[in-house]
Amino acid sequence: MSTTTLPVMPPRDVAQQRRLGQRRKLVDRLVMYFCVAATIVGLFFLASIMATLLWRGLVALDWIVLTREFEPTRYGDDSLPKGGLSHAIVGSLIQTAIATAIGTPIGLLVGTYLSEYAGKSNFGYAVRFISDILLSAPSVLIGLFIYQLVVLPQGGFSGFAGALALAIIVIPVVVRTTEDMLQLIPNTLREAVVALGAPKWKMITLVAWRAALSGIMTGILLAFARIMGETAPLLLTSFGNNVLSTDLSRAMASLPVAIYQHANSGFPDLIEIAWSGALLVTLGVLLINIIARVALRKRA
Amino acid sequence: MNDHIQPVAEAGPSMSGLQARSSAKLNSVARISVRNLDFVYADGLPKALKGINLDIPDRQVTGMIGPSGCGKSTLLRVLNRMYSLYPGQKATGEVMMDGRNLIDAGVDINELRSKIGMVFQKPTPFPMTIYENIAFGVRLHEKLSKSQMDQRVEWALSRAAIWGEVKDRLNTNAMGLSGGQQQRLCIARTIAVRPEVILFDEPTSALDPISTLKIEELIDELKQDFTIVIVTHNMQQAARCADQVAFFYLGELIEVSPAAEMFTAPKEQKTQEYITGRFG
Repeated sequence: MSTTTLPVMPPRDVAQQRRLGQRRKLVDRLVMYFCVAATIVGLFFLASIMATLLWRGLVALDWIVLTREFEPTRYGDDSLPKGGLSHAIVGSLIQTAIATAIGTPIGLLVGTYLSEYAGKSNFGYAVRFISDILLSAPSVLIGLFIYQLVVLPQGGFSGFAGALALAIIVIPVVVRTTEDMLQLIPNTLREAVVALGAPKWKMITLVAWRAALSGIMTGILLAFARIMGETAPLLLTSFGNNVLSTDLSRAMASLPVAIYQHANSGFPDLIEIAWSGALLVTLGVLLINIIARVALRKRA
Repeated sequence: MNDHIQPVAEAGPSMSGLQARSSAKLNSVARISVRNLDFVYADGLPKALKGINLDIPDRQVTGMIGPSGCGKSTLLRVLNRMYSLYPGQKATGEVMMDGRNLIDAGVDINELRSKIGMVFQKPTPFPMTIYENIAFGVRLHEKLSKSQMDQRVEWALSRAAIWGEVKDRLNTNAMGLSGGQQQRLCIARTIAVRPEVILFDEPTSALDPISTLKIEELIDELKQDFTIVIVTHNMQQAARCADQVAFFYLGELIEVSPAAEMFTAPKEQKTQEYITGRFG
């Protein structure tokens, strides 16, 4: 025990504490009001976008839009055939599916490398850094890159080039989610697998991937949703097409590009179709996000 | 100050087991012999194990005790080469089993681990069915027919005293089991590979008393067929389970004695202080 005498503390100042308490309550409430106000502003814009999309998009959305190819404007003459977006819907599905099929395995393996093998190595940090930059790179740059690398040498726009550009966008998204999800797995689980005499690759493929499956699937779905709405990289690669084409070596339509072209045409009937296309893309992205969230909730 | 703390050996429940054990002789055949073992976690760090010499007797329970950071878990992780997962960690010396030095670079680690299994502090069921949890390890080392595998799974789960609780739900996810059941599943998974040695790293520190009792009874029963090494923070547990107890302090093996001697008449001053609760 120490023998130094401690100074005597003065009694509590009750009045001062009460004043402080009231100020604290006031600040507490103010902070809450600011947060609620900001939330309302954010929600207002979101709701307004969704409402406008529904209101404008539903006007022209019918079976014809879903099943027919592009037709030129009717100049208000209803006897001329009405056009649709089937060429863009099919083109978008083909390109996003191929892009996901190319980008997912690469992203999955890179993410696995970063989580399970790279550790704290400098090379690992470099790959992680580059992948994160790619994640936020302007997508038009990726379009330009593929334009230089594929479109120019091949002498023309192609659906394949479009799919490649989208695949490059998929890769960093899958890399990040795969690494994050694998990092969530406790090390004790890895040790438990290895302790049974399992080589590392079996530990990764048979247990670690399975433990992280729903998280990795969520990342793939989010990447899929992201590229469904990409326009800029497709303008420079698959270009767009007014007829339904499934030929990957030729120009191919896509919903975002078709929306851009219809909306820019200046004809009211085509602009209506552009709204329908925008609604379709948004609903698709929304649907995928909901699926991803449900999948992630199951894990927890 | 400390006169209310009784030496562990006089503290009630452990007594009966201890006396029963003191009459049993320690097996003189060593399954694993550790000689002059040093261990570092990374170059430049002080040694985590210093010149360890220890014989682990065949088909008996060796308990390893000591305060946190004393090196007991480190030694356990040397025995099945778990440290090899982490670059930089290095063991030098001899860990002899069947005439081979287990820490030699040329040893097939996966084969070694099929002979020396390990059960961890936290239950670690794999994200698959109960049946697949057991079959997983077996498939790594043997090719069995479906019926042979069914047999092996039942055998392992029975040996781990959990068959009755899970036999009707072998195809449900193992994550749904309670903590104590998960730990017995992990023991079954280890047994299923049919190792010769089983290492337990504080296997009950995350479990409730009833589950702990079950695991301890299980260890007592398993030593008929397996050589067992158990690291524990609980000295009563060491007294109840172990035939031989090794006391570690600051990376050194201070004393190794039959359990009865260790807790009634320790040879070393440090051991005496630790088991009477003066530190650690």
